[in-house]
Amino acid sequence: MAIERSEVEKIAHLARLGLDEADLPRTTETLNNILGLIDAMQAVDTDGIAPLAHPLETTQRLRVDLVTEANRREAYQAVAPAVEDGLYLVPKVIE
Amino acid sequence: MHQLTLAEIVRGLQDKQFSSEELTGALLARIADVDTRLNSFISVTGDLAIADAKAADARRAKGESDPLLGAPIAHKDLFCTEGVLTTCGSKILHNFKAPYDATVVAKLKEAGAVSLGKLNMDEFAMGSANESSHFGPVKNPWDTERVPGGSSGGSAAAVAARLIPAATGTDTGGSIRQPAALTNLTGIKPTYGRVSRWGMIAYASSLDQGGPMARTAEDCALLLGAMAGFDPKDSTSIDQPVDDYLAVLAQPLAGLRIGLPKEYFGAGLDPRIADKVMAVVEELKKLGATVKDISLPNLQHAIPAYYVIAPAEASSNLSRFDGVRFGYRCEDPKDLMDLYKRSRAEGFGDEVKRRIMVGTYALSAGYYDAYYLKAQKIRRLIKNDFVSAFEGVDVILGPTTPNLAWKLGEKGGDPVSAYLEDIYTITANLAGIPGLSMPAGFVDGLPVGVQLLGNYFQEGRLLNVAHQYQQVTDWHQQAPSGF
Repeated sequence: MAIERSEVEKIAHLARLGLDEADLPRTTETLNNILGLIDAMQAVDTDGIAPLAHPLETTQRLRVDLVTEANRREAYQAVAPAVEDGLYLVPKVIE
Repeated sequence: MHQLTLAEIVRGLQDKQFSSEELTGALLARIADVDTRLNSFISVTGDLAIADAKAADARRAKGESDPLLGAPIAHKDLFCTEGVLTTCGSKILHNFKAPYDATVVAKLKEAGAVSLGKLNMDEFAMGSANESSHFGPVKNPWDTERVPGGSSGGSAAAVAARLIPAATGTDTGGSIRQPAALTNLTGIKPTYGRVSRWGMIAYASSLDQGGPMARTAEDCALLLGAMAGFDPKDSTSIDQPVDDYLAVLAQPLAGLRIGLPKEYFGAGLDPRIADKVMAVVEELKKLGATVKDISLPNLQHAIPAYYVIAPAEASSNLSRFDGVRFGYRCEDPKDLMDLYKRSRAEGFGDEVKRRIMVGTYALSAGYYDAYYLKAQKIRRLIKNDFVSAFEGVDVILGPTTPNLAWKLGEKGGDPVSAYLEDIYTITANLAGIPGLSMPAGFVDGLPVGVQLLGNYFQEGRLLNVAHQYQQVTDWHQQAPSGF
């Protein structure tokens, strides 16, 4: 399943990755090489085989619904690029 | 002092032959002197290390006797370390000082181990050569024109060059075992869920697992014993007691059943490596092991399945790096979309972007069944291969890598050829079983590794086999000249 340049642009958008116009041909070629490797999978007979998501097939544990974490907002926001009054700053979203 | 193994250091500290402060100071001086040739450390935390060493000496003076008290180590730079730079080898985290300690870091700290710093790695652990790090490639101490393997390449180079006796690493598709093989070390990837992933920056969450890298199986046993255990903070952690890995080392190998999978010795394997692997088999037979040919028929499908599952999980995990809450943000974003796209485009390197794109594609509408679901079905076939194999054997033995350490830059332009190097290691991650690599000799002066795979929670058995082998051979004692 080879992909076209337009699809590469769409994937980059979905992944929120800026893409340089000049890099598009090279990126498309590399992705197609990788997808070529992956496509070998399609020849494998997996009829009746259930997908395996967790190697030990355990389920998520539940815990008692209690607040267990301390409020460490300042420590967590100390590593943010831009904060003010405890809020994360981003460019204006609503015009 | 730098020639001592971790176990020898433990004894030296217990017998008061030297203090942790003296040892830590000596190793820090050596790192400053030697690491310019290797680039194995991203951060050296000298002041912190000396303070921790003094604290460990004080604890010992008061009568504490934890074996790792005062023992020097270093962490792969994807384990979060409170207040210390944690970059994951990426520009996007170039300024990230973690606000908390990973469970592994906290456990080793509590045991009294002294961390000397943070080790270089492939960006977000994506690579087999340690060439994708934002902080530059790591050199192999056995030949500084060659790669040390990856992604735990900094851990491997630092331990192989005797800068530190042992280090933490992580293994998503071979990232502990392959660099261990290429640098003459012993390294073990435990059963999935055995070591907490909390505070380990995620690459592929259903495959990632932390583990130790050291020069001997005994040292790995020491470190793994302190790293392993149930952690309620990791939802995939397994609530099962940790075996006493040191206690099982001395078990005789009489009656050990070894399986040799024919698929591991096919085309693509350097015949000189195959010879070394068979020599290990002969040695283990002398120790009482029996050998049987087995088959893991789905081996060839592991690479395509892995290169769907790992990128798919990565594309989801790495969406958190958005230029808002931590890490790199682009200059003057014109709107929110521009902020996301440019921060990520400028912050991630090429290999990370490639895997995010492949993963995004595999998970996108219309392709999920053909890619992700198909890969998960193949994952079960691979697990089933191991389940049947372990009905007849105790351990599976084969090469860790198909080739010797390659030259820096040799595979830079071709990701697919680098992916193929992972063939023997990725199945353990897909199935979730433990795997160990140990030194098996040299070809043209470069180390060869042999891999042992075990059934779920059989870490002790793997360490036992490696330890017994290391009692009758001295490959693991060979040191790279010039270090």
